[in-house]
Amino acid sequence: MRVALFITCVNDTLFPQTGKAVVTLLRRLGCEVEFPRAQTCCGQMHLNTGYPRESLRLARHFVDVFAGYDAVVTPSGSCTAMVREQYPRLAHNPHFAAARSGARRLVPTRAGREFAAAVDEVASRVYDLTEFLIDVLEVEDVGAYFPHRVTYHPTCHSLRGLRLGDRPLRLLRAVRGLELVELPGAEECCGFGGTFAVKNPAVSAAMGTDKVRNVLDTGAEVLCAADNSCLMHIGGTLRRQRSGVRVMHIAEILAQTEGRA
Amino acid sequence: MGGSGTSPARGRVVDLGMPEFPRGAARAVADSQLRFNLRKATHTIRGKRANVVAELPDWLELRAAGKAIKDHTLRNLDRYLIRLERAVTEAGGHVHWAADAAEANRIVTDLVKATGETSVVKVKSMATQEIGLNEALAEAGITAYETDLAELIVQLGDDRPSHILVPAIHRNRAEIREIFLDHMGEWGRPAPEGLTDEPRALAEAARLHLRERFLSTKVAISGANFMVAETGTLVVLESEGNGRMCLTLPETLISVVGIEKVVPTWRDLEVFLQLLPRSSTGERMNPYTSTWTGVTPGDGPREFHLVLLDNGRTDVLADEVGRQALRCIRCSACLNVCPVYERAGGHAYGSVYPGPIGAILTPQLRGMASPLDASLPYASSLCGACYDVCPVAIDIPTVLVHLRARAPHPPAERTLLRAASWVLARASRLAGVQRLASRLRRLIPRRAPGPLAAWTDTRDVPPVPKEPFRDWWDRTEGGAE
Amino acid sequence: MTPPAGPSAGLPATGSRERILARIRAAVAAAPEPPVRRAYRTGARMPRETLIELFAERVRDYRAIVHTVPGAEVPGTVAAALARRGVRRLVVPAHLPEAWLERTGGSVERLADDPPLPAAELDRADGVISGCAVAIAETGTIVLDAGPGQGRRALTLVPDYHLCLVRAEQIVPRVPEAIARLDPRRPLTWISGPSATSDIELNRIEGVHGPRTLEVVIITD
Repeated sequence: MRVALFITCVNDTLFPQTGKAVVTLLRRLGCEVEFPRAQTCCGQMHLNTGYPRESLRLARHFVDVFAGYDAVVTPSGSCTAMVREQYPRLAHNPHFAAARSGARRLVPTRAGREFAAAVDEVASRVYDLTEFLIDVLEVEDVGAYFPHRVTYHPTCHSLRGLRLGDRPLRLLRAVRGLELVELPGAEECCGFGGTFAVKNPAVSAAMGTDKVRNVLDTGAEVLCAADNSCLMHIGGTLRRQRSGVRVMHIAEILAQTEGRA
Repeated sequence: MGGSGTSPARGRVVDLGMPEFPRGAARAVADSQLRFNLRKATHTIRGKRANVVAELPDWLELRAAGKAIKDHTLRNLDRYLIRLERAVTEAGGHVHWAADAAEANRIVTDLVKATGETSVVKVKSMATQEIGLNEALAEAGITAYETDLAELIVQLGDDRPSHILVPAIHRNRAEIREIFLDHMGEWGRPAPEGLTDEPRALAEAARLHLRERFLSTKVAISGANFMVAETGTLVVLESEGNGRMCLTLPETLISVVGIEKVVPTWRDLEVFLQLLPRSSTGERMNPYTSTWTGVTPGDGPREFHLVLLDNGRTDVLADEVGRQALRCIRCSACLNVCPVYERAGGHAYGSVYPGPIGAILTPQLRGMASPLDASLPYASSLCGACYDVCPVAIDIPTVLVHLRARAPHPPAERTLLRAASWVLARASRLAGVQRLASRLRRLIPRRAPGPLAAWTDTRDVPPVPKEPFRDWWDRTEGGAE
Repeated sequence: MTPPAGPSAGLPATGSRERILARIRAAVAAAPEPPVRRAYRTGARMPRETLIELFAERVRDYRAIVHTVPGAEVPGTVAAALARRGVRRLVVPAHLPEAWLERTGGSVERLADDPPLPAAELDRADGVISGCAVAIAETGTIVLDAGPGQGRRALTLVPDYHLCLVRAEQIVPRVPEAIARLDPRRPLTWISGPSATSDIELNRIEGVHGPRTLEVVIITD
């Protein structure tokens, strides 16, 4: 299976170890992993901050780069949700995609229709990593070993956007040595929300503090999630409080094997 | 409270371009009593709602039907309003149309004046709050007495509502007791001496305070949860019985209702009377629901007036993404699950419609000219909890993002995001920026200056790695060394 | 946004009516016509025992007092309930089955609503007894439609104690079946437990303006 890795701009720049872990893991499971060099960013920040036109430009770039792969795997629930849910909305919105004025409403041009079709085609083959492992590769036990007490935070986009359900938990439960502890109030947003953290710092920090309190209550050594953006926010708060709890992307745990842990 | 924020931001040194919602929210976050009250109340109701919703195996089908009925009604709103008007008139009621708040207030004031009365009793109504009816009546020398317990607490405390369903949610029992002791006497029968903060005792105090008023007042003003076009029937859901008092005992009843509250048929209520109580108070059914059609000789008011209110709703209807906000049945489930509302409180939203639904409704009804209204679409982390619980499936996150595109953007932000999109348009540009960051990584402080301080006030900046992923991939041929 | 009201002041009401309708038509002209599908449960049927049991359980959940008795025991149950409550002045709507009160004896003064009782008089009554139009098992709801044995709406509202009798055949399983049985032209009151409020810390507390005590007698035959 020809799998393209969409690393995402945040992971590429700040969390390369997550990318390396995804590569290690997918190779171990027999995938041929490619990294299309031209990839950049899905455009979620632009869309969610109120810049759909800039976002659409990045969507066009994404579709060009990732057309033709069997699967596009990404270690980010929110970027997956962006491509799978928001791209089609943008592409099918005549106000943004190429369109001309018809009798009563905007009518998409041929180029607009072709782009929308290309988006639908690519978007349906983009997977969050945990979803790809469970639904496409059909594995739960990825052969990992990680002898630590771990708790899992389901990020909003993986929980309510992609509806990943218990997929990440099933993967974690199959990790040898790993003690999984339940996170109280797990389904509550951590308060990151992209530009929300900057535009509404007080509320964002209050949400982060409550999330951190719940994490500390579990007594876990490691907090993991399927998205480094949320972990950056929670982890930044944990570090500031010198709590000693580490944050790790779930891929980094799943990539660990005996002898390396 | 965002009171000072309505003045123009320009030229005010203290205004660092921080929009209004974040400022009001920050004040609420710092108020530990308020945070405790809100947390307790919202968490209580979340659990109750989840339990009674889980009882119905066809919840999702009811939700889909509720959404579809509302969409169908909105698509044919002109037709249904005309049918409603005819049915109400045939049943002995009078129908008035108000394009905006001023017109609605004028109609109601004139109707009350025509009765010769100088006081009215009111059933809790979002529409009359939206148009500032009580203030308009006061100017005409008419006193409006709020009769819903929470509205009474707000009115006595000279406060503002902070929740759609429970306007005094920001007050706990001890605060309510103080308000009753201090202010009931100014409005009528004083609170009993030795009043405790037992909820039952507080409810008893409200009963005694309002009893005489109910029995003697000749004019009542209400809103409505639903209006049935087919039959001309109005529907009010409530808990305390103050609604029944107002709808039954006075001689004249005036109902001010938003045009989007119409449903086509009597049968449609079988959907909404299942969706609304479970979503709002987390009960299988609210204690009292009253329905009435025009006037009934010998039973209830002899005169009934319905004021149909537009006040910006037709603007919302014209927005193909935003119009779904008009499906709202004001259950407030979205407020109760919202992590932002829980911490920011209702007042930060600067509107009678707080919370997630307020964040999409207020900017559409009022426009986004004021800094406060322009900041509302950003008053969300887009976590999606509101959409999940909405009984009529309003996709609030999508509408928020849609409104953000229309909101005025600060010039610095615009420049920054445009620059980012230029960098991200080519991988080579991104790689250049990444290498620069890696080279300078030791110079990046843990606490950042300027606008990024908003992040580093409470969080560490993640360390920048020695090399970005793409350079590692190139150097090691994808780690295949 | 809507133009300011000033210039339209004094125009006939039809001005705003036509303006609002025109604005609606312009706003939705290009909107799709969404189909309405009703895939939720309707037309439910339940055995009578199940209906009675479920209804009784759900009414009790609201902290109402519930009795389930055969018709022959109704007069005794009613008399005992009124005695327990200490009711001396009882509002009795027209056409209430005479048998229901045949055991109450002379200690209970019956207040008929003919001529209509003033509100203050209702307020001085100790309680009201009524039948109902429909009852809903799943939600524990009683619906009054101001029909025989129920009276106008104020009768069952102002007194602090409401004793309501429900015949088994009046109980339907769920909300849709109730809606189908009811006549919207009549003024309806749906009652689910005693008066209550959730306004203090979002917890339900019984007892504000409506009857603070609701006692329900379900007649099984």
